[in-house]
Order: sequence, then structure tokens, then C-alpha cells
Amino acid sequence: MITLHNIKKTYNKGAVTAVKDISFSVNPGELFGLIGPDGAGKTTLFRILTTLLLADEGSATVNGFDVVKDYSQIRKGVGYMPGKFSLYQDLTIEENLNFFATVFGTTIQENYNLIKDIYQQIEPFKDRRAGKLSGGMKQKLALCCALIHKPAVLFLDEPTTGVDVVSRKEFWEMLKRLKEQGITILVSTPYMDEANLCDRIALIQKGAILSIDTPEGIIRSFPEKLYAIHSSNTYKLLQDVRSFSGTASCFAFGDALHVTFTNGSDKDLIPYLHSKDHPDVSMSTITPGIEDCFIHLLKE
Amino acid sequence: MKQLITFIRKEFLHVFRDRKTLLMLFGLPIAQIVLFGFALSNEIKDSKVVVADYSKDAVTRQLINKIAASKYFDLEQSLQSADQLQAAFKKGTIKMAIIFPQNFATDLIHTNKATVQVIADASDPNQATTITNYVTQIITDYNAGLANDAGQPMQILPELQMLYNPELRGAPNFVPGVMALVLMLVCTMMTSVAIVKEKELGTMEILLVSPFKTIYIIIAKLAPNLIISVVNLFIILILSSVFLDLPVKGSVLLLVFDSILFIMTSLSIGLLLSINAKTQQAAMMGSLMGMMLPTMLLTGFLFPIENMPLPMQFLSNIVPSRWYFIIIKKVMLKGLGFSSVWKETLILAGMCLSLFAISLRRFKIRLQ
Amino acid sequence: MQPTINDPGKQRSTRPVITAEKLTKKFGHFIAANELTFEVEKGEIFGFLGANGAGKTTAMRMLCGLLTPSSGKATIAGFDVYTETEKIKRRIGYMSQKFSLYDDLTVAENIRFYGGIYGMESKQIKIKTTELLQELQLQDEARTLVRELPLGWKQKLSFSVSLVHNPDIVFLDEPTGGVDPVTRRQFWDLIYHAADKGVTIFVTTHYMDEAEYCNRVSIMVDGVIAALDSPTRLKQQFAGNTMEDVFYELARNAKRKDD
Repeated sequence: MITLHNIKKTYNKGAVTAVKDISFSVNPGELFGLIGPDGAGKTTLFRILTTLLLADEGSATVNGFDVVKDYSQIRKGVGYMPGKFSLYQDLTIEENLNFFATVFGTTIQENYNLIKDIYQQIEPFKDRRAGKLSGGMKQKLALCCALIHKPAVLFLDEPTTGVDVVSRKEFWEMLKRLKEQGITILVSTPYMDEANLCDRIALIQKGAILSIDTPEGIIRSFPEKLYAIHSSNTYKLLQDVRSFSGTASCFAFGDALHVTFTNGSDKDLIPYLHSKDHPDVSMSTITPGIEDCFIHLLKE
Repeated sequence: MKQLITFIRKEFLHVFRDRKTLLMLFGLPIAQIVLFGFALSNEIKDSKVVVADYSKDAVTRQLINKIAASKYFDLEQSLQSADQLQAAFKKGTIKMAIIFPQNFATDLIHTNKATVQVIADASDPNQATTITNYVTQIITDYNAGLANDAGQPMQILPELQMLYNPELRGAPNFVPGVMALVLMLVCTMMTSVAIVKEKELGTMEILLVSPFKTIYIIIAKLAPNLIISVVNLFIILILSSVFLDLPVKGSVLLLVFDSILFIMTSLSIGLLLSINAKTQQAAMMGSLMGMMLPTMLLTGFLFPIENMPLPMQFLSNIVPSRWYFIIIKKVMLKGLGFSSVWKETLILAGMCLSLFAISLRRFKIRLQ
Repeated sequence: MQPTINDPGKQRSTRPVITAEKLTKKFGHFIAANELTFEVEKGEIFGFLGANGAGKTTAMRMLCGLLTPSSGKATIAGFDVYTETEKIKRRIGYMSQKFSLYDDLTVAENIRFYGGIYGMESKQIKIKTTELLQELQLQDEARTLVRELPLGWKQKLSFSVSLVHNPDIVFLDEPTGGVDPVTRRQFWDLIYHAADKGVTIFVTTHYMDEAEYCNRVSIMVDGVIAALDSPTRLKQQFAGNTMEDVFYELARNAKRKDD
């Protein structure tokens, strides 16, 4: 459905490389996540795929159409939600939806069943101006506007950034239901925990792909055993574990430390920590999460 | 106190690191001095004047020589009929005509008095007043040295006639100028800001990635401004007719047609400006600096174009408002028809079409 | 007043560094912050959580001396928020995600500017600049314009600059938004380090795992403090495995969602 081959893009006459040598593909009906922090190149990729930017090198297709030669075909058939919730602030919800429906050559009624679940949540406010909506409601409206013409592919650029936790969860529920309708969805997010909700993900940082696989696949490929270590004094624990000679990596994760060791040293940690005045320390092996994998891949 | 100095120092750093603002801060005063000091002036030089000498005597020849010697006039001697002179005034090729009647010499000898007709184009009342004053001054000076054989003073009296604007009101000059300025400014600024606003908000991205053809986006952005400007035009015309006693002497239809041409030209300039501007602020600044300044200076209503150095005269040829200004004056004040303004209309139409073509070509269908 | 569990070895000063008693702010009929009551100890890392629109920003502004409360009492570093806001501003530092440094000034110029604003002597500023650059390993970037630094470095620099005048308290408004996981943790290393030296940290964040790094956390919902305790106790109280569960439990039924 979406393919990229060796895509490269620079800005400022080559001074800044946004993405280098990106290749991957998204299958029809897949919920594909592009996971990475700010500046990783996510927005650049989105803009290349939605034909808003021309890549310096490489090729890409969306729904069989080339992003350069057949751009007008692509523009007719995709839904796009750019990073900044681009809606008309001084138009109401209903006016915005009507406008975008007309722009896409359709009406609200025609594909209403597609957006019904989402629209019903904001329908009570349909006469409120978009500028006065909460972040969560804006997000729902933007999604409706992107879906109104029943696109085959949906591009969502950081739709959950800056939105409250509850709305974020709801949003991903909506995405799952859309997937069931057969829409291919490419979504980007800086939140690692959202990665688990995708069919496949690509971890991206500084313009390069670190890894592409299903979330389970990425977790499986974590090379070492991962341990979680608890103690009551987390900061002191952090310093002590780092100073332990057998520690390969040590990162704070909430109330625990995620640690990997050089060969066999794991056994020596507890006695070491006891000597450093951590009487209540506990250690256990854990399955790595996406964030653990991301950090690990960053090191390489 | 120390904190204040620290803050001020930081402000200086901000200013010096912003090249565009720096250009404006230092470039503008320099440009203004150069412009106003050397290029633009209210002084009238080389005004086109026709002298018709029906008397052809010694006195007239002397007087004509004196007038010709003055740097203010570009004199042409010819025996033109009244109709021919009228036509020349209408076309705008002459600013003043001096006519010595047939019996000039005999009047002077027999009555110690003679009149000379001085007709000036007063659609620019300042210009007209100045050049008629020049002539009057020359004649008065000449009078001082005149005496008949008996030593009695002789007087030559100039009979002044101000064409098109006998009361020498300012309105006939500044209303056309203001029309050109207002329409140009509103169309350019409103259009460029409206398009750039869409870019700034991010909604332009969505519009581009849609089946909605780009040309329709452009039309949609231009249409309201076109309609509003035409309404503005009518308001100005009605106001000047009712309150300033300045009705449209010629064909209103012709005026409206040419005005629409001018409006569309301004709209396409606005379109062109919007292509490179990234923020609404930049679009506004571009409209003001890029369009208002040249329009004000080079249209010809504040500073006569004939008095500018040649390079600036060339420059004024590419300012659309200059041609529109001529058209308005001819149609509104002089009551002329299409045959008199076809040249300017053609130029305006040419500008309109080419600007449109250029801005359509360059309008970005992508973000970069 | 709970004793903090995470740092039993730390010295407790007798007077809390932030006190708030029924602190309230009304905008017309709308009660943005409703009778907030809490205390923060010196050297504590205090997490201030809440959904957008819950009243977090309003509360923070009152504590910084930027907004006058409608009613209630509060002191910052011993100074009254109604009458001694100027003194408060000298004893606190502030950093927000949206802005902290001037993009078109260099690293050194930014440090010099903020040092001057906080009333530091030039000699002090010079010493502090060298220290700061060394600590962040930015010695080579002293003359670089801030806009050319990667986001992560900007964040860390912002934080250090907010400490340039050795304040008692530092207010951090979502300091780690959009940054990669490794840089985020490096940032928290800086926070820990500062707290260790006795600086009190008042931080808001959307990352729930960062809530765990705090000594105590307060969660605001609909303008009131719905919960305030150490992360461990909160997880016990709300039967959650992570702070995210706790937060979700509390925010789920909130009426105000980011107006």
C-alpha cells in the first residue's frame, strides 16, 4: 500500500539531513506506527508521502501511485492529519466538516457511518467554534475531517501529542476500529507505549530507521537479559549500579532501574548493593518494553 | 541598574542578528535622503509649453526668448488652432499654452496695454499654479523694463485660464491618487495575507493534499477581494461626487472597466507576494515596503514624474498605478473616452495578464 | 506531612520551602484552582500532575508570583505570595518546554543575560558560565547560536540556566516534551543532582514514568488536588501497577478536559 525506497531528504542546501536512506513498506489494512522523538524525521516522511515535499533521492508509492509523477492521484485518495491540528479556528465543528467534505467532493451523509462513532462524541458541540475546543475534541474533529471522503490510506502525524491521557487512549481505540474497516493507517508518535498498539512499527531517530518489526518481534530481538532492580532510594541506587563494574547499561524506568550486565556479573550485584547500604534491594528479570529496545538501539 | 543594562544589551543583540530588520533600519533613512534629496522634488522643470505667436513682433519675440531661456519650460513654437490646443491638453502632451493674439503689438502701442493668454492644465493644481507663476514672474520682470518712446510704462497683462479645475482644488489631484493607492494597497495586502494565513495555520497543507484543484484555491482567495474592492471603488466615486463635488465627467463604465483591470493587477501582485512570504507579518511588510512606497512615490500624484531623473522615470513605467492614475484623470476629470486611454488600458491589461501568468506558474503546489 | 521514603538520609529542614493553605484562584465564576493545601520540603522533587485544564498552570503561576490568588495563603522560600513577589522571583528559577532560551543568542550570551537579570556580578557570571559549560560538556559550543543546538542539549542547557543564580526552588513546566528517551533520562540525572544539592524541584510532566522519579506527587483534577502522596503509596491506594494507572483512574471521570 505504501512503499519507500532509499528516501533521502536534506534542508538548507544539504546542510541539514532530515532523513537518510529510508526504506520500508506498509501492507494494506495495516496499522503502522512510526515511533521516534522530535527531529527524528517523522514529519518529513509524512510530507514526502503525501506529496507535499520532494525527496532528494529515492522513490515512494502510495496505493500504487508514484509520489512525484502521480501526485494528483494520491491527493485525491488519502486522508491527512498534519501535526498542528489544522482546522479553521473561527468556523464551527459542523462548518469545518462541511467544508472539508465539499473540498473532497463528498457530503457528510455519504460516509457518515465511517465517522459516526467519533463524530457522535463531539456532535453535542457542533455549533462551537473549533478554536474553543479542547485538545481531545480538536483531535476527534480533525480525524473526522480526514476520514470524510473514505480514503484508502490515512496519514496521521503525531495525533496524540499534547493531548490528555484519557483522550489518547480513546483515540487509539478509534484507530483500531478504523482498521477493521480496511483502512491502511500510518501514524507517528513520540510515545513509546503507544507502539504496542500497532501491527508493526518502525523505530526512527535522527533520520534513520533503527528497526522495523511487529512490537513483539522487536522485543524478541533484544539481545540481552533485562533486569529490573528496586530499592527505596532510587537515586542512590542509580549511582551505585552505574559504578558497579559489571553493569553494561543502566537506565531509570519509573520506580525501577532496567539493567543489563556483562557476562555473568548479574550474580554479583546484590551482594555489592548490600555493601552499599541498600538493605531492601530486589532484582528480577523482566521482558523488555519498546522503550528499552529503543534505548538499546540508540546506543549502536 | 545592572539588570537594565544586561537587558538592553540583549535587545541590541537581537536587532543586529536580524538582517532584514537591520536593512530596514539603516537602509530606509539612506534611501529616503537619496530619493527626496535628489530624485523627487516638487520643483517644476522642463514643463511642456506651446507658444502660439499670432502677432510676430519684436516684443513678442523678445518675451518668447526670455520664456524659452528659462529652465522651467520646454518650449515649442507653433501656430496651433484652438481645437488643436484643446486636443493637446486632453492628451496631456502640454501643460501650458501661451497665446499672443494678432493685435498684440498694435494694442501695446496704442493703449500701452496688451494681453497675452495663458492657459494651464490645472488637473494638478500645484503644478499649474507653479508654472503660471513662473510665466507671470517673467512677464512682470519684462514689464519693468518696458517703456514707450515717451517714457510711459507699458504693461503686458497675462490672462490666466485654468483648465479642468478652475478653482484649483486639491481634490481633483488627490482623489485619483488616493483611489490608485487604496485599491493597490488593499488588494495586495489582503490577498497576500489571506494566502499566507492559510500557510501559517497549516490548513494549506490539508487543502493541497486533496482533490481540490489549486487554481480553485487561488480563485477563492482572490474573489472576495475583487468584490470588496469594486464596492470600495463605488463608495469612493459616490463620496467624491457628493461631498467633494468631483463627479465622473466621462464614462463610468469605462472607469469601472479599467478599475477592474487595475484591481486584478493588484490582486496578482498580492498573489506573487504570498508565494515567498512565510508569515503574515512578512506578507504585510512586503506589501507595505514593496508596494506602497513605490506606488506613493512613482504614481505621479505626489511628485510629477517628468521632474524625476531618467532612471526613475523608467522605473515608474512598471508601476501599474502610474497608468491607472493617468486613466482616472483622463476619464474622471477630463471626460475623455476610450480613444484617449486605449494605450494605458492596453498596458494595464498586459501587466495584469503577465503578472497573473507568472504568479500562477510559481504558485507552489508543494510545501517547499 | 509525610516523611519522604526515597531519601531517608537527606537532611530535613524544619521549615517547608513551599506552603499553600486553601490557595484559590477564580476567574469570574470559574474556579480554576480550588482551595489547594500542601507543603513541599527543601530538596524534595515534587511532581505536579494533572490533565490539561485541571488547574496546574494556574497553580504554578500563583506559586511563581505571576498571578495573585483570589484567596488563601501561600509562601515561597518563606516569602508571602501576595506582598513579597519580588523577593520570591529572586529565589526561584523557571523553565518551560515552550521557551527558555533565546534562539538567536549564543550559549554564552544566554547565560550572561540570565545571570545579569538575576542580579549576579559579572565575575560570578563568568565563573558560573565555565562551570556550567563543563558540567554539560558544551565548552565547544559557547559561541554557538542556541537555535543550532539539538533539542536535547537545549533542554539541558535551559535547566542549567534556570539554576544559574542558585535558587532555592526551580519550577519546571513539562521540561522533557518530545525528547528521545536517553536524553530524557540524562535530564533527570541533572534534576537528581540539583535536588541532591538542596534545590527543591517543582515539576509538571505528561510522562507518567517521570512521576515515579518524584519524592511525592500531587494530581489535580477539576481544580482540586485529588491525591497527594509518594508514588509508592499512591499505587497502593489506587491499586495500580504504575502511576499511569493511578492517573487514569483519577482523570477518567474528570469533568474538565482541557478547555
